[in-house]
Amino acid sequence: MAFCALVSKKALGSALRSGAADLGSGLCQIRRLQTFSLPDLSYDYGALEPAISGEIMKIHHQKHHQAYITNYNKALEQLDEAIQKGDTSKVVGLQSAIKFNGGGHINHSIFWKNLAPTNEGGGEPPKGALGWAIDADFGSFEALVQKMSSEGAALQGSGWVWLALDKELKKVRIETTANQLQSSMSCCSTLPGENFTGPPGDKGATSGSLLGIDVWEHAYYLQYKNVRPDYLKNIWKVINWKHASDAFDGEAA
Amino acid sequence: MVHAVLCFHYSFQNLKQKDQLRGSRRTSRIVAFYGLTAPPYELDALEPYMSQKTLEIHWGKHHRAYVDNLNKQLANSPLYGLTLDELVKVAYNNGNPLPEFNNAAQVWNHNFFWESMQPDGGYMPAAGLLQQIEKDFGSFPNFREKFITTAMSLFGSGWVWLVLKKEEKKLAVVGASNAVNPLVWGDIPIITLDMWEHSYYLDYRNDRGKYVNAFMDSLVSWQSATARMARAEAFVNLGEPKIPVA
Repeated sequence: MAFCALVSKKALGSALRSGAADLGSGLCQIRRLQTFSLPDLSYDYGALEPAISGEIMKIHHQKHHQAYITNYNKALEQLDEAIQKGDTSKVVGLQSAIKFNGGGHINHSIFWKNLAPTNEGGGEPPKGALGWAIDADFGSFEALVQKMSSEGAALQGSGWVWLALDKELKKVRIETTANQLQSSMSCCSTLPGENFTGPPGDKGATSGSLLGIDVWEHAYYLQYKNVRPDYLKNIWKVINWKHASDAFDGEAA
Repeated sequence: MVHAVLCFHYSFQNLKQKDQLRGSRRTSRIVAFYGLTAPPYELDALEPYMSQKTLEIHWGKHHRAYVDNLNKQLANSPLYGLTLDELVKVAYNNGNPLPEFNNAAQVWNHNFFWESMQPDGGYMPAAGLLQQIEKDFGSFPNFREKFITTAMSLFGSGWVWLVLKKEEKKLAVVGASNAVNPLVWGDIPIITLDMWEHSYYLDYRNDRGKYVNAFMDSLVSWQSATARMARAEAFVNLGEPKIPVA
């Protein structure tokens, strides 16, 4: 290990092409830089109408989510280079781009699975363990919907509203996060004014996201304009509770 | 600079009676509230770079809602009675914002935004402002690039500002999230661009770059900026005036 630097696949490739001498490859770890790509939706863009318009779904998926992925890949490539060169300040400087774009990729990938057309179960309230947990922790399904909608509407700026499972306390709870933060991660914002609206502290591994709703303006503006509460009222008709239930059963086990 | 208009409506009871009535159930109260400042041009005047539809919703709904909600908050708030500038600074509370901050700052920001634009805007500033930009950024294209890059690298909602920094006595480009504006740092705003998605989504969808460039090329009001610079120089000494030699 002492004789070998970590070599990325790209660098190794170009070294081999240029006929470089033996790299001591027996001791070398070759790190492959993975690039990410846009996951497909399991339904048509127009399948969530009239709750969410096909136009919004198409742009949200093909432009916004794709942009997060493109920029995430770019940031990872730059990070790789910076690590190779030992450029610490560049490595540190890239963290916010990785957090933001990687976070955007994670959150949107969850979001597409949180939605389903009404003729495929979208909107049907959860039964089983998740249903009981919601009743226990919120009183009723309607109370949860109402609370989540109002917290989503009250969120300043851009962010997400989550239904998350606190594995430690075995309770489901509502969280909001700013920008592209994941649920239950502590915030290390450097930009003035970037507010962490979720619960304080780093809950890290004790919480699982069951359901997330994107309340960035791009998620609803073309259809609902400034009336975010209407978007939040209607989105429940296409929420995929089956997926949330499965996630709950998996996490709570 | 045009502040939000303060309007007054008087209760039907006499001012003198106010003391006598203290403690009674129906105390008279003079209530002041902030008004919605209109952009200094027609709502279709910025077409095609910013559509009438956008102005109708951005000004008529978003900006109006901030004003209405601020007034509601202030009706029962200890922060009642400040000017808008003071309110923004006080409510910011050194980084631990009070509930009134978001609405107050957003009212201020939108007032300032409409005035940062004009029909047939864009191109370049002239004379003193241009010289100051060249001094502090190297060249106007440098400044333009800095402004655009800062706008594009904002994460989430926010605003990008050209400010005159009081301490450093120079111009700078600053980006800030959500409602934060340079007043809270004691700096003097010169122009601003709203980077919240609602500001460009109807006209540009996700294409933020096109929106920012359109602002720079065709919307920004350098006349307004020049007037602000002139006023700012009453508060910040930018050095000896260049007196031409005959």
